[in-house]
Amino acid sequence: MLKVPVTSDDHIQGDEKAPVVLVEYGDYECPHCGHAYPIVKSVQKHFGKRLAFVFRNFPLSQMHPNAEPAAETAEFADAHQRFWQMHDGIFQNQENLGMELFVELAEELKLSAADLQTALKGREYEPRVKNDFLGGVRSGVNGTPTFFINGHRHDGPFEFEDLVAAIEGRMG
Amino acid sequence: MAQILQPGTAAPDFALPVTPDQKLSLRELRGRPVILVFYPADWSPVCGDELGVFNEILPEFGKYNAELVGISVDGAWCHDAFAKDRHLHFPLLCDFEPKGAVAKKYGAYREADGFCERALFLIDAQGVIRWSYCSPVAVNPGADGVLAALESLGKK
Repeated sequence: MLKVPVTSDDHIQGDEKAPVVLVEYGDYECPHCGHAYPIVKSVQKHFGKRLAFVFRNFPLSQMHPNAEPAAETAEFADAHQRFWQMHDGIFQNQENLGMELFVELAEELKLSAADLQTALKGREYEPRVKNDFLGGVRSGVNGTPTFFINGHRHDGPFEFEDLVAAIEGRMG
Repeated sequence: MAQILQPGTAAPDFALPVTPDQKLSLRELRGRPVILVFYPADWSPVCGDELGVFNEILPEFGKYNAELVGISVDGAWCHDAFAKDRHLHFPLLCDFEPKGAVAKKYGAYREADGFCERALFLIDAQGVIRWSYCSPVAVNPGADGVLAALESLGKK
C-alpha cells in the first residue's frame, strides 16, 4: 500500500480528488520506465478527467548513473513551474541522458543553464528526490516503474491494456 | 509455495562460498542483525529488481547496523560477474554444492524448479529469526516489510 498520501506537494496532472489516482515511482534512466512513458500518456488520455497522474522519483543510482541528476533536473524545473515539460523532455530523450541534454532542455524551457548547473553541483534537489525514494521504499516499491492505483500496488505487466483493466477494477 | 522457517526459530547456521576462494558463515555475523535474501537466480531480466532496490537502500539498513546477504544457487564466478555488472555492494552467497542445501534448511527451496524462493529472513543479533516472508516467485518483494521488522527489533 502507498504509505505517503498524494498531496499538493506532488507532481500531479489532473485533480487529486479524481476517482482514480495513478502514482508512478520511476527512474528516468530505466528502460522499462521509458517504455511505460507513452503508455501512461495513453492511459491519461483514455480516462481523461477521471484520472490524476502523479510521478515520484525512484532513481536506482548504482545501476543508472544519470538517473539522479535527471531527477534533480526535473525538480529544478519544478521550482520554475516547468516540471512536466522537463519530465517529458527527459523521457523523450532517454538515450541521450547527461549534462549536455539537461542544459539543452533547460534552455528550451527558458531556464538558466547556469542556475541548473549550480543546483546540480550543490545537490540542491537531492533531499526532495531522496524523500520520494524513501517514501517509495516504505510503500513497497520493488523495482521501476512501480505503479499504485488508488494506493494499491499494481503487480505484473503494465502495457496499456493491463493498466486500463487494473484501473477499471479499482474504479468499481 | 514451500513453508519457510517462522519467527522464533533459531536460524540454521551455514558456511557458503562468497567468492571463488572465501566462505562466509552466519556465525561470523552474530552480534548484529542479518537480512537474508534468497532469490531465484542472478541475471534476472528485470532491471531495477529486488536486489537493485535493496542495494540502493543499504544506507537505511546500515542505520540498524544490519548486514544484508543474498543467497542463490548460482556459482561464485557467476555471482562475481553479476555483482560487478549491477554494482551490488553486499555479499552474494553460493548455495551451489550441494545445490540448495541451505535454502532447504530454511524452507526456501523450490524442488520442482531447482532454485530458491524469493524469501526474506530477518535474524537478530542472537541468531534467532524474528521475521520472515516468502513472496510469489514472480513478484519482487519490496523492502518495506524488512525495514518495518528492523524498526520493531530496535524497540524490543
